[in-house]
Amino acid sequence: MTPFAGYDMPLQYAGIIAEHRHCRARAALFDVSHMGQAELTGPDAAAALETLVPGDLLGLADGAIRYTLFTNEAGGILDDLMVTRRGDGLFLVVNAACKDQDFAHMAHRLEGRATLKILSDRALLALQGPEAATVLGRLAPEAIPMGFMTARDLTVDGIPCQVSRSGYTGEDGYEISVPADRAEALARRLLAQPEVAPVGLGARDTLRLEAGLCLYGSDIDTTTTPIEAALAWTIGKRRREQGGFPGAAVILDQLKTGPARKRVGLRPEGKAPARAHTEVTDAAGRRIGEITSGGYGPTVGGPVAMGYVETGAAGDGSEVRFVVRGSALPGRVVKLPFAPHRYHRA
Amino acid sequence: MIRFTKEHEWIRVDGKVGTVGITDYAQGQLGDVVFVEVGSVGKSLKQGDEAAVVESVKAASEVYAPVSGRVLEGNPALADDPAKVNADPLGGGWFFKIELANPAELDGMMDEPAYQAYVGTL
Repeated sequence: MTPFAGYDMPLQYAGIIAEHRHCRARAALFDVSHMGQAELTGPDAAAALETLVPGDLLGLADGAIRYTLFTNEAGGILDDLMVTRRGDGLFLVVNAACKDQDFAHMAHRLEGRATLKILSDRALLALQGPEAATVLGRLAPEAIPMGFMTARDLTVDGIPCQVSRSGYTGEDGYEISVPADRAEALARRLLAQPEVAPVGLGARDTLRLEAGLCLYGSDIDTTTTPIEAALAWTIGKRRREQGGFPGAAVILDQLKTGPARKRVGLRPEGKAPARAHTEVTDAAGRRIGEITSGGYGPTVGGPVAMGYVETGAAGDGSEVRFVVRGSALPGRVVKLPFAPHRYHRA
Repeated sequence: MIRFTKEHEWIRVDGKVGTVGITDYAQGQLGDVVFVEVGSVGKSLKQGDEAAVVESVKAASEVYAPVSGRVLEGNPALADDPAKVNADPLGGGWFFKIELANPAELDGMMDEPAYQAYVGTL
């Protein structure tokens, strides 16, 4: 167990590499109940939340999910979150370490426009991997035809749940929002399936890193913009034209002129991992950036990293050096993800 | 003869040569080992100097010289199979061999029962 965002979290069960491989091959169960869940309701909820995020929420169909970001006036990122349209309301999942701040931010900024209800009585389980649909389909057949980034209310083994076909591992899978008092029963039922093994925070981190996904507080924070973070894809056409979110001037200007630095994949050539905060230089030894997440990728079978480098040095295949324990280790800028995404396309 | 440090290194001594590694407790704490880097052959180390780095999936940790002496060789098997440190920490997962400069340093170290008792208090 390890302390994380005020919770005691399982770091590993059978070992990070074994758990990571299990998720890529079969089905992994994560307890991610520490994340914040909330509902934003009222006829104006989507338009109201659009004043805080650059994502297109008005264009979200019922049951559709979108990944977006809370931005600040400087164009920095306060948190990343998942937004699901449910009837005339929105269901939100935010990061554990940011949830109090996020909820306060919404309550304050959206007062009178939408009603925030914090769902502290709900747990969240993530079932991820190529056999996740087989497993969940056994308990809730309607889960099988669901498309990627859609959500439905389903009864899973007799328990009323909100099921999303989404996740943060690069694999197909689901996130299941379940009443907290039924979560243990559901988790045990899922773990009893032959395909499923419990997986901890350690492998959750290696899986998301190989999938090229950002960890808030490491790869994105208030000092990075969505454009620098290579998250421009989260800003829809209408929002690019109209703005109307915090930091829009900075962000849309960067979108036009290009950012000075970019988040990229970084691959050490040797076997030594290069971890967060490692300095990145060009082949001549000039500092061009820093790693924000790095370690060993079990699917890749070697070291993988991501970080920010000067845009001029950020081209795919560019030679770089990583300063690890005083030595300049050779490596390259590479395209993300390291492990191909295998999301379910219905 | 085998001796242990509070930092969870072991040294097995045969004449003037010691073989050094990390204990089963240490590998369990580290988790999956993915990379090991041993200091240069021929380097003279003082007791407590940083002698090697062991990287697990989660983090890098230092391994300290349990005794003073000169590094004779690193374990070549760990380059291709660092997981040997997990599988066989007191055998095939050894890190390096050292020529002891001052064998009297061993007198202040724990034998196996003392080390097991120490681990029991952690």
